[in-house]
Amino acid sequence: MVKPGMDRRAAVAELLAARKGALVVTGLGSPAYDVHAAGDEAANYYLWGAMGGAALVGLGLAQAQPAKRVMVITGDGEMLMAYGALATISVAAPRNLDVIVLDNGHYGETGMQVSHSGRGIDLAAVARASGFAETGVLRENAEVAGLCARLAQPAAGPRLFVLKIAAENLPRSLPPRDATHIKTRFRAHLGLTTC
Amino acid sequence: MTLALPTEPRDLASDWPLALYETLKAAGVGLMAYVPDAGHSTLINLFGTDPDVVCNVLTTEEEGIAIAAGAWLGGMRSVVLMQSSGVGNCINMLSLPVQTRMPLLMLVTMRGEWDEFNPWQVPMGRATQAALEAIGVTVLRADTGADVVETVAQAVTMAFEGDQQIAVLIGQRLLGKKKW
Repeated sequence: MVKPGMDRRAAVAELLAARKGALVVTGLGSPAYDVHAAGDEAANYYLWGAMGGAALVGLGLAQAQPAKRVMVITGDGEMLMAYGALATISVAAPRNLDVIVLDNGHYGETGMQVSHSGRGIDLAAVARASGFAETGVLRENAEVAGLCARLAQPAAGPRLFVLKIAAENLPRSLPPRDATHIKTRFRAHLGLTTC
Repeated sequence: MTLALPTEPRDLASDWPLALYETLKAAGVGLMAYVPDAGHSTLINLFGTDPDVVCNVLTTEEEGIAIAAGAWLGGMRSVVLMQSSGVGNCINMLSLPVQTRMPLLMLVTMRGEWDEFNPWQVPMGRATQAALEAIGVTVLRADTGADVVETVAQAVTMAFEGDQQIAVLIGQRLLGKKKW
């Protein structure tokens, strides 16, 4: 029997359990639900729109907070919309930015249409060719523990890992949609003023 | 680059980029993101040689909007530089600072509106202000060096202390005809 792909909720929960204070930015849609399902935290910043912005919000955050690790958790469709961001992030070369792409090869929110990654585009290879310090593709949940250990090590530059997850729409776990609330809560977590 | 000494009288008609740089530095701007433009070249060079400012060169302008949002989440003030032709690229990404009410300061050099030789610059030049206002960004215009400096100085307050999303359009009349 062919495996349908990784259990996304379990993989994200395992990554977040090992976050050790990392700041997390999510892409819109299912990755935000996955992160929320693992436990809402002030150190999570959920996007509800701005498709193509997740990794770059992560870059700006990583540059503003160089002593903290930033983990972006997004989907293949969202990352594909920010193809050029892989070049921009590589040139910026942050050592505290990790991008996790939950890749089911489909646009799950809109009816499971096949995405470019579902048609053969390899986002990890693109990131590697763009100059990311470390990249990889995971196909089994059993590999996540190794990824957590790897992410706990210092990085020489930005890292991107693709998790080949099952194409399925799980029950939604909705983070707050109030954009100013999430912003203010996140900044307060960092000891910043609310305005 | 030769910088005017503080003791020399400054002619803002020509030295406005230097005055802009000092204004932005005094406001605590620590990050600059840009798609190159001739009208911004002095400012890009000044920031680019400043070890205290993080600079990001972008492949497309909307990247800078997202980076500025992330920087603000992390407590850093930033400025995004682009030409008017890049404003259209930003529109959906601008929903991020508009909806989250995060400070945003864009400096936009205008094309397609004054002594323009390239007709392809005209449509987006004509649409720049309307497009920004349609998504909810406040637009301010400046057409002289002194006006640019004064406008940006108060835009800094409106953006970073007033939580507004501001674009300052720098008129092509000030920038002059593109030399090529």
